[in-house]
Amino acid sequence: MRNRHIFILAAVLTVISVSLVAYKVRVLDFPLLPHEQREVWNIEAAISFEPGPAAVKATLKIPTLTPGFSVLDEYFISRGFGVSTRVTPAGREAEWAVRQASGPQTVYYRAVVYKDPQRIVEDTTPPFPPRPQLDEPSRIAMEGLIAEARRQSADVASFTVQLLRRINQGENDPYVSVFLDRRATPSERAELATMFLAGAQIPARVAHGIALRDRSGTVQPDVLLEVHDGVQWLYFDPVTTQQGMPPDFLIWWRGDEGIANLEGGSGLQVTLAVQPNLFDAMMIAERRAKRVGSRTADFSLSTLPIATQTVYAVLLMVPVGALVIVLLRNFVGVKTFGTFMPVLVALAFRETRLLWGLVLFAVIVSLGLLIRFYLEKLRLLLVPRLTCVLTVVVLLMAAISVISQKLDLQPALSIALFPMVIIAMTIERMSIVWEERGASEAIQEGVGSLLVAALAYLVMGMGWLEHLVFVFPELLLVVIAATLLMGRYTGYRLLELRRFRAIAREQRA
Amino acid sequence: MVFSRYRKLAEEGVLGLNRRNGDYILRFNPRRLYPLVDDKLRTKRLALQAGIAVPELYGVIETQHDIRRLPEIVGSRQEFVLKPAHGSAGDGIVVIAGRSGARYRAINGELFDREELEYHLSNAISGQFSLGGVPDVVIVEALVHFSSLFEQVSFQGVPDIRVIVFRGIPIMAMVRLPTRASRGKANLHQGAVGVGIDIATGVTLDGVIGSDVVTHHPDTAHAIAGLEIPDWRTILDISARCYDITGLGYIGVDIVLDKHRGPLVLELNARPGLAIQIANRQGLLRRLRICEARADFAAPPEERIAFAQREFRHPVGAVFEPQELAAG
Repeated sequence: MRNRHIFILAAVLTVISVSLVAYKVRVLDFPLLPHEQREVWNIEAAISFEPGPAAVKATLKIPTLTPGFSVLDEYFISRGFGVSTRVTPAGREAEWAVRQASGPQTVYYRAVVYKDPQRIVEDTTPPFPPRPQLDEPSRIAMEGLIAEARRQSADVASFTVQLLRRINQGENDPYVSVFLDRRATPSERAELATMFLAGAQIPARVAHGIALRDRSGTVQPDVLLEVHDGVQWLYFDPVTTQQGMPPDFLIWWRGDEGIANLEGGSGLQVTLAVQPNLFDAMMIAERRAKRVGSRTADFSLSTLPIATQTVYAVLLMVPVGALVIVLLRNFVGVKTFGTFMPVLVALAFRETRLLWGLVLFAVIVSLGLLIRFYLEKLRLLLVPRLTCVLTVVVLLMAAISVISQKLDLQPALSIALFPMVIIAMTIERMSIVWEERGASEAIQEGVGSLLVAALAYLVMGMGWLEHLVFVFPELLLVVIAATLLMGRYTGYRLLELRRFRAIAREQRA
Repeated sequence: MVFSRYRKLAEEGVLGLNRRNGDYILRFNPRRLYPLVDDKLRTKRLALQAGIAVPELYGVIETQHDIRRLPEIVGSRQEFVLKPAHGSAGDGIVVIAGRSGARYRAINGELFDREELEYHLSNAISGQFSLGGVPDVVIVEALVHFSSLFEQVSFQGVPDIRVIVFRGIPIMAMVRLPTRASRGKANLHQGAVGVGIDIATGVTLDGVIGSDVVTHHPDTAHAIAGLEIPDWRTILDISARCYDITGLGYIGVDIVLDKHRGPLVLELNARPGLAIQIANRQGLLRRLRICEARADFAAPPEERIAFAQREFRHPVGAVFEPQELAAG
């Protein structure tokens, strides 16, 4: 019944941890692997114009509601212009203004956008549009068209398709030809469709956007017709009448006006360009978490200063190393000096690398042991003797560093991170075991400690594991759950199978 | 191979370290009672109060300053034992068997001058031999003259008897015989011979060194099995009563047989080792399960001993006889 308590506790911890991780991965798109990158696009609008003699004001519509995409960063670049942004019913606008300018001018709007599948339903349901004000013949033509399209359709979507098809056949259609001349642009056709849809009491609007391609270059804005069916926005290509959002399509601005507007100047020209790029997945995930209003990003370790972050990247791995020790001690039965001494030594190995770490550790401990055996002869009291061994260990470390500097051996310089107090205690313990139980037991335990340290180092050095624990610290709850379960393991240790072999053999005979 | 060995040990009812710690020590040995047995001086005093015989206490060295009082404590006695009160596994124990001139002669023939002995005492008081390195005191007590029975099967040192007592019931016992390899210490992991004892009769079985079975003592070449331990009833009685004086449910009782005074309790151990199973080539878990299934732990010592002698006649079979299982 005590076990059931532990099972439940471990299960609860695991569930909490796994659901937190799942939320961060599925909803916030935190990367599961280190150095993961996401595709982003740099988009740019260059507005060039010839300023007039007086004040100049250029307005640019900038991305506001962008289904399927989010804006990571925006920049407004100009020389000598004042920049402001404001929100209008049609979306956001940036305005560059200057009192006096001479010569051709160019201002830039740049933004970094990334794919964000969650960003779809952020728009509000629009009110019913007012009926268009038309003269009598146009009104009759429109009503005729609506009546016919309605007869040939079942719902808002098929109705819109019918309308678009007729508009595209333009001049041949008796009703549409009243409104449209032959050279109408897709934009004008889409505007016409919104008027007809308004006549049928269906909210609709024209959206302009660009296709985000996988190579750099200038792009022409395309038109999209957005129709609200009472539940959600539907997207139609006014030319092909195809329903649905084209792939990788970023809606830049909405309405029947142009993208930019100039007051007090002439020769307005807008060039849109796209450049695909890669960006650290972690940054994007955090930005998204902030936008969604999730608290997880506020309490993320990456809000800490970089120096502190590096410390925690290491610290969070300590429990993982300790878990390795639990496995080796309670399931295998390896003997070590001190419970967590191998973890600390493994931490030191991070700086020296494994092979050098093992060599340096062995060298320091053996030299320290020699000194310790010599000190034994001098009959010092315990604490002074320990202090003496500690001092010798520090001196040894310094000596090794200096010598390796002379020999141009890089790794031995990082020896300073060796936990010297731990090493001094290890030397003391080892010498006592040596005295009391003999050299073989002392060496056995020493080698056992090094083996465990090396294993802990290898596990703690796994890059993806470090990344996982740092990005998802809640995984440590799973470590707790595992230790709870392992804490109730009452089966044999691997080495006990060997130790008690005499009893097993007895039975066979 | 691993799994079949695992299953075999489980069938034999072998107690592993994890289960000993998790199911027995943590459950039956409350932490607050540990000081009673971790401090050998307290154990000695408890035993004396209960009328259990222990080696005579000559004195206690409590501070570095006291070290100089050693000759005063020892007086004219030729033989004595220095024992750190918190020492574990026999660490730090010095057995002085005589003097030669100004020097003390240890039982293994090593000679200590006064300064060397004082250095050892100073280390012991600083806590070199105690768990966790806490400051300690050193007990000076009488050397046990072990019963002649063991003379042929031990090399120097004092052979001692270890009895595992589970909630007042002696469940397994062995005698530990010092060897040359163990440097006169009755310590199994230092190379002493562990010899199982039939709880019912007090007769020795074969011995083991490490994990290997031996039938003769490696140094004296004398047969080990079939020796009848004298005062066996008294040993069982002392062991069972050690539960009553400490309240610890899972202990190892270390007893020596003195030629003149009979069985004496040396020390108690709240974390007794598992090697006794190898010495007996029998699992402890099986016997623990038998106790848990059928024993009356509240009974007086005599009944508990009777239960042990009835149930644990060597070799002990499975917990339940097949017909019992069928009936239940």
